[in-house]
Amino acid sequence: MAKELWKGNEAIAEAAVRAGCKCFFGYPITPQNEIPEYMSMRLPQVGGVFVQSESELAAINMVYGASASGVRAMTSSSSPGVSLKQEGISALSSGELPAVVVNVMRGGPGLGTIQPSQCDYFQATRGGGNGDYRTIVLAPCNIQEAVDMTQEAFDLADIYRMPVMILADGMIGQMMEPIEWHPIPKREVPPKDWAASGRRGRAHSNFITSLRIDAPDCERFNRALEQKYKTIAEKETRWEEKDAEGCEILITAYGTPSRIALSAVEELEAKGVKAGLFRPQTVWPFPSARLAELAAQPSVMAVLVVEMSLGQMLEDVQLAVQGVKPVRFHGRVGGMVPSVEDIAEQAGMILREVR
Amino acid sequence: MENTAAPWMTAHRLTALVGHSGTGKTEVAVNLVFALARAGVKTALADLDVVNPYFRSRERRDMFRQLGIRFVSSSQTLVDADLPALPAELNTLLQDQSLRSVLDIGGDSGARVLSRYRHQIAAQDREMLFVLNARRPQVSTPEAAAWNIRRIEDIMGLPMDGIVNNTHLCGETTREDILLGAELAETVSYMTGIPVVCHTAERALAASLPPLAEPVFPIDIYMKKPWDK
Repeated sequence: MAKELWKGNEAIAEAAVRAGCKCFFGYPITPQNEIPEYMSMRLPQVGGVFVQSESELAAINMVYGASASGVRAMTSSSSPGVSLKQEGISALSSGELPAVVVNVMRGGPGLGTIQPSQCDYFQATRGGGNGDYRTIVLAPCNIQEAVDMTQEAFDLADIYRMPVMILADGMIGQMMEPIEWHPIPKREVPPKDWAASGRRGRAHSNFITSLRIDAPDCERFNRALEQKYKTIAEKETRWEEKDAEGCEILITAYGTPSRIALSAVEELEAKGVKAGLFRPQTVWPFPSARLAELAAQPSVMAVLVVEMSLGQMLEDVQLAVQGVKPVRFHGRVGGMVPSVEDIAEQAGMILREVR
Repeated sequence: MENTAAPWMTAHRLTALVGHSGTGKTEVAVNLVFALARAGVKTALADLDVVNPYFRSRERRDMFRQLGIRFVSSSQTLVDADLPALPAELNTLLQDQSLRSVLDIGGDSGARVLSRYRHQIAAQDREMLFVLNARRPQVSTPEAAAWNIRRIEDIMGLPMDGIVNNTHLCGETTREDILLGAELAETVSYMTGIPVVCHTAERALAASLPPLAEPVFPIDIYMKKPWDK
């Protein structure tokens, strides 16, 4: 099929529709507005429902309701709006309800700026809501990947019955890129026999709740979630690497900074520096084992983490590398984007320092 | 670099670039004012995109200054403000008969900013140009593109005067993409009675195009992504 030029936000919305998303609830916020705008036009064409809710809180709770009835439901927002959704994400995790939540991150904290950022990494990977829950977090670095991941996110959400987050930064949402609509790998999705969609002759009623007042029962539930998260960590961890084997400096970045880091790696290689790139595609589960393996190579002298935040993924990298090699950091924040030159220069400086 | 402006570039005093979102209006606007300024024409550009928060011509304001291009934009003091505020200085571009003025407008309903000025604009020697990209899914068929033209005409309250074929796939554009766009533009022109004004092509590709009925406008890419070299 011929390539088409899409804006990131619109492409994410269209991908969701193609994945069978039937309900979208959201509230406008820059830089993700094209997602609800597109959904408001597109969902009625496929018999779906679009509601511009009165708030982000309402939107995530509408997702809870729609998902409980067994349909594929989604919401999207940008950083401050996703903060408001955290209680609902915790409730979805506890109700074991599938949902896709898109965060097109902008600079924070608070209202911050509309320019791109990655400052919600902690919130996305640690859980901004209460409780011992995890969220699968997919981190696309281009629009094609955003499209593929959005479609896969609905399958992952259904398979594991949990919220899945697409963690994109404003650049991914706002830029234009050519993409191709190709079939994504089909996953075995279990029937939604748990859905509260009417008894229809069943002997029992389905009951969805996030309240488990009996402590032993609540612990059993938490243990079951723990088991589920272990399975996900084993089966769903993803990453990509470029020239990471045998490199001297291993640059680690996700999303937009990983694109910039890739250009920096090419620039460094052109100057004869052995540079490599490690790009987590899932930031939870974080690809710790592979990163540890790469960092432990005798050739590697240092790991450089690049973010559009002040050292959030850095902590996951440090946990993975376990002090075996020096881990350094370069970050820009508040809507500022790192440059190819800055990353290449940092890498050069670090190498001179550790040699 | 050429030092004379092509006749189509100086055919009117005021040009507004409108179209479906993401078709490349800003890139065309920036290239047009650079071409005019380099040819010694007293040029002004207004960035009136109140829809897009990123990739706006205001990001290139240093280059405009160097080339002596008068530049005005919405939310002038705060480049990143998400405000649909329109500057009073815009009136200069609309009225000063010695200024060759280009208006860079936001996609689709972004054309609404023009409706406020439609009486002033209608009194000028002006052209409203529809920027078309055949690789954008919502304007890739003649019917959809013609519908989009009529919708934007309704929104701005002014008739469309020309079509710019700006078909591209960012860095992956081929000669075939541009020719496909030329064919689409021709069909849309036939359906709507609106003439095709020019075809854009990145400088390296422009030379490879076969002769077309309308002029080819060789462009350079100024609205770069942070990883582009």
